[in-house]
Amino acid sequence: MTVVPGEGSSAERVRAVVDVHRGDRGALLPILHGLQAEFGYIGPEMVPVIAEELNLSKAEVHGVISFYADFRDKPAGRTVVRLCRAEACQSVGAERLVAHARQVYGVELGETTRDGTVTLEQVFCLGNCALGPAAQINGRLHGRLDENRLDTLVMEAEAGDR
Amino acid sequence: MTTTIFVPCDSAARSVGADEVAAAIVREAAGRDVRLVRTGSRGMLWLEPLVEVETPEGRVGFGPMSPAEVPELLACLGDGRSLGDHERHLGLVEELPWMAAQQRLCMRRVGVTDPLSADDYLAHGGLEGLRRALEMSPAAVVDEVTGSGLRGRGGAGFPAGIKWKTVLDTRADVKFVCCNADEGDSGTFADRMLMEGDPFCLIEGMTIAAHATGATEGYVYVRSEYPDAVRTLRQAIEVAYARGWLGEDVLGSGLSFDLFVRVGAGAYICGEETSMLDSLEGKRGMVRAKPPIPAISGLFGKPTLVHNVLTLASVPAILDGGAAAYQALGSKDSRGTQVFQLAGNIARGGVFETAFGMTLHELIHEFGGGTRSGRPVRAVQVGGPLGAYLPADGLDIPLDYESFTAAKAMLGHGGIVVFDDTVDMARMARFALEFCAEESCGKCTPCRVGSVRGVETIDKIVEGRDPDANLALLSDLCELMTDGSLCAMGGLTPNPVLSALRHFPDDFTPRRFTSLHEEGTTP
Repeated sequence: MTVVPGEGSSAERVRAVVDVHRGDRGALLPILHGLQAEFGYIGPEMVPVIAEELNLSKAEVHGVISFYADFRDKPAGRTVVRLCRAEACQSVGAERLVAHARQVYGVELGETTRDGTVTLEQVFCLGNCALGPAAQINGRLHGRLDENRLDTLVMEAEAGDR
Repeated sequence: MTTTIFVPCDSAARSVGADEVAAAIVREAAGRDVRLVRTGSRGMLWLEPLVEVETPEGRVGFGPMSPAEVPELLACLGDGRSLGDHERHLGLVEELPWMAAQQRLCMRRVGVTDPLSADDYLAHGGLEGLRRALEMSPAAVVDEVTGSGLRGRGGAGFPAGIKWKTVLDTRADVKFVCCNADEGDSGTFADRMLMEGDPFCLIEGMTIAAHATGATEGYVYVRSEYPDAVRTLRQAIEVAYARGWLGEDVLGSGLSFDLFVRVGAGAYICGEETSMLDSLEGKRGMVRAKPPIPAISGLFGKPTLVHNVLTLASVPAILDGGAAAYQALGSKDSRGTQVFQLAGNIARGGVFETAFGMTLHELIHEFGGGTRSGRPVRAVQVGGPLGAYLPADGLDIPLDYESFTAAKAMLGHGGIVVFDDTVDMARMARFALEFCAEESCGKCTPCRVGSVRGVETIDKIVEGRDPDANLALLSDLCELMTDGSLCAMGGLTPNPVLSALRHFPDDFTPRRFTSLHEEGTTP
């Protein structure tokens, strides 16, 4: 069964996502990914519903959500920019790119601009280590970035071109 | 006559414009007899986007290509002009020095075939290994793998055959094969390239492993940072089911094997095998104490064969060509081929598969062409964030397990990250500890607390606060982390720290180091 986005109450939609993965072994991670795809985040109000459906304690569910860097407890900005800060990208100027982005968007890593347009995140390795500095913008990998190229790509993403 | 043009769909190639080049080819080729095939990447990443044109002599390469250079390329195809007229003409791809010097086993189809074409796979030797394995008894397949000398490619280099035999000999109602595709080490991307470029090879390797060990279910745990690999692998698994390569009665042999892709969620520690198993079970990715080893009590407490992508992807070639042929490659206890990945500040970076034994210096300078910045090489980190830093004058080490151990370094997953002379090694040492603090699962104290204390101690050293005492303290701390940590995360983090201290002591002398905090890493 597939989940129809945006239908029903929040709890119903959470249960619908749980149902998709109910037969999976160790279903919690697939469920959490499903919830984040459906809602854009995993809110604290969803935790009791997940816990009840999987017969886990709320603490267990919260423990798993908070362990993994990917799961967010509030919605991200429209454009998510993930800058790689692992060694290979550092060797070709990743830190400069990070400093630039922090300044341009006026947010720290892990934060969203006040107008909700851009979320800036750090990531450790995107597997593009020979073509760094690398970044992922709305899920799409980019390589050999410099300040100008990053600005252009984010603007294009903002405009919906990418 | 139809001309076939190949453009990679590998995410690294796409990260520098392969899609735009492919779109330009489609646009410009309208009305011509041209067929466009998207392949994986050959791994010559400095040439991406690398376009290849099929000719009677072989595939001719052009790169790096931009969309603006496409019309000229298509013009060279007809009108009596020669391909050599194009500015980006490289010659026959297979004869380029980078390609000709390799012995490609794992990566032999990557960059050659359409990753999702089952027919392409068969036409290029696919399933030969599985067919041969299915004619053999499980024990005979295990013997073949043992005889090949194959060692785990994830980093630890454990002999694969011993794991296989343990899983085969352990009785249970259900057994699992798990592929660790949580390739989190900076400087490594070969797993990703294989999954995106030849996913059937991994599927075949896992199916052979299932037959050999008696497993009926398999999981590929792919990191979420690799969305393209996840997509390709899932599509390939669908194709494999449709072809009868997976599911009940694989290739009519009676073998039943189901394969699933699971996606990580941004935790480096889940590349540690027991942590990965906890994550697969839907839990926090906490490291387990060993014993019990996963081969006896792994996923959900069942016997589980856990291998890295490249280990499993080596298996079809071993079964196809035989253990002896594989064993004949390499040196001493490092048999077969290793996939090296040249990364960081490197002029010609990419994937290079060769029998063990070439020196690090040769690979970096002859094939890699030195740094991308053109400045002198100062340091090289081999084996990911937990690997040691080597100085520029210490690179004459043969690339095999034994030589690296002798040099107090490790080969790990074959990632080689090059730094030029602008690198600040105190900062890299600090980063290693900071990374450990960020990614530690928190189960054992040396890793959880030691990493944080280590960052603080390095800060004191470079700020000139009682540097001698703090250097002694840092050494002590590293010794404790090495001896007292539960897994490689805490146990090996001292590698980059101590090697930076050993080879680059001048970087740790007290100085104005406020920049460490200002530009530093803590958000």
